[in-house]
Amino acid sequence: MTTTAPRASARPEARRRPRSTAVSRAPWILLAPFLALFGLTFLLPIVVAIGQSFTSVTREGLFGEAGVTSQFAWFDNYRQALEDGNFIASIGRMFLFGIVQVPIMIVLCTILALLLESAAAKLPGLFRAAYFLPYGIPGVIATILWSFLYVPGLSPIIDIASSAFGLQLDFLGAGTVLWSIANIVTWTYTGYNMMIIIAQLKAIPTELYEAARVDGAGPWRIARSIQLPLIRPALVLTTVFSIIGTLQLFAEAQLLQVVSPAIDSQYTPNLSAYTTAFAYNDYNVAAAQSVLIALVAFVLSFVFLRLTNRSSK
Amino acid sequence: MSTTTTNRGAGRKPATTILVTGILTLVSVYFLVPVYWVIIAATKSTDDLFGTNGFLLAGTNNLIANLQAVVSYDGGIFLRWALNSVLYAGVGALLATYFAAAGGYALAKYRFRGNNTIFGLILGGVLVPGTATALPLFLLFSQLGLANTYWSVLLPSLVSPFGFFLCRIYAQATVDDSLVEAGRIDGAGELRIFHTLGLRIMTPALVTVFLFQLVGIWNNYFLPLVMLSDERLYPITLGLNNWRAQTDRLPEFYELTVGGVLLSIIPLAIAMIVLQRFWRGGLTEGSVKA
Repeated sequence: MTTTAPRASARPEARRRPRSTAVSRAPWILLAPFLALFGLTFLLPIVVAIGQSFTSVTREGLFGEAGVTSQFAWFDNYRQALEDGNFIASIGRMFLFGIVQVPIMIVLCTILALLLESAAAKLPGLFRAAYFLPYGIPGVIATILWSFLYVPGLSPIIDIASSAFGLQLDFLGAGTVLWSIANIVTWTYTGYNMMIIIAQLKAIPTELYEAARVDGAGPWRIARSIQLPLIRPALVLTTVFSIIGTLQLFAEAQLLQVVSPAIDSQYTPNLSAYTTAFAYNDYNVAAAQSVLIALVAFVLSFVFLRLTNRSSK
Repeated sequence: MSTTTTNRGAGRKPATTILVTGILTLVSVYFLVPVYWVIIAATKSTDDLFGTNGFLLAGTNNLIANLQAVVSYDGGIFLRWALNSVLYAGVGALLATYFAAAGGYALAKYRFRGNNTIFGLILGGVLVPGTATALPLFLLFSQLGLANTYWSVLLPSLVSPFGFFLCRIYAQATVDDSLVEAGRIDGAGELRIFHTLGLRIMTPALVTVFLFQLVGIWNNYFLPLVMLSDERLYPITLGLNNWRAQTDRLPEFYELTVGGVLLSIIPLAIAMIVLQRFWRGGLTEGSVKA
């Protein structure tokens, strides 16, 4: 983050000018609505979640009618969450998913961006719109859409595969459904990531291309030596967002549950927290799970940013 | 939307052009096939849906009847869901953009104690997964009596840490200090300077923030799912899923779901195609300068 760098030398005249109360009050008036809402919907819930995750609630009587006592539980909820093999398995599943899906999507969107920005592409605007279209379709709707293409009897893909090639496709089996979800995610977000990369490609000064061509560089060489190094920040950004997104997977798995028996109620970490909270009514362990999910996302993004920073030096 | 700066990247031999355009066409088949399928499926009766090839039209066209069924089912609940979505996403994105602009402008154009702390805090907010706060937010809102109301979905939609971040960068880069100073000398108040000068200069970034937030709220599923139990408050995503969940027992819900999906995709598809050029400018600000 280099954004704070110019601040050091910024506006020495601001210090010399006598500050009126209007000037010193104005930023707080402007900030007030954002900060109030940020506090209510970000900070407070995080504090509540952390507080809940360290609390245990015991209900007296059969339905808690004799009173409810809560006490500080140290790491008891975290222990419960981490001892839950299914929850750990769901995180492991997301690792597997991320290791396969994120690189495929990033490579795909990079290739598409490079092709669309090359002079060889006809009608780049039309193709760009076609690839970007799925991003506007909500994950739920996209999943409903693809689930129709996955369900035997309804799916023309399964029909064609079995009648023309004799293949028995099963998109919803235990071994395949994870990759069917990966397909939905790739379908939805490739175009969006591609747009971020295109934006960065457009920021490359034309002189660089001309200089490279004068030096006799072909399109491959230009892509490898100029374009890829210069779109690196966009690649890092899209990868970090994809990692965070992978750990948050919810709608796709929850919806496909209806048609795929291979998906249990703890298939993804978020689904697991949701089940713990609303099916088991154990908000404290659910809070611990939410905190753990956020922590894992944080650590992964941080490690990835560190790794990419180091290797660029 | 044609790019004028075509003189970059790969060469322009005809064979290359054919190859590249061929690849791009194949890839677009992948992205468009599900949309094509739903258009075809929406023209079919429930029997044809299962009895005929999904990629080909059936003999009879049931499109009008299907869509009529979608909008009239259960006293027009589908239209209510659509209006809810428009309310959540439209009002939410508009106010979120305004708040993010005011806050980002304040951090960029004023020096005051706590400036950097606030920025760091909000930057952290960008990285917090939205679904991680949804559950605790529900617990909090239940205690405040806000759960299962319009507010429970609308209030969290009014905050965009990412938009705040973008607005701050953009205000810093484009709103000139000497202009602000000139406004002060002319006797304009601080808030007036922001509203007349700041907002106007920041417009390109504001469009991006608005679109991001609009799509974000429109696509959100987890938050309304956690918050809402009253079907009449549902956004379109939740409502359609409700219908789809009933297809197991009642096959006629297949047609309702397919028709509903088609109707909900049309405005989004048009919006994406028309608005995609606006994304470009703003995204550059976010990704290049970040």
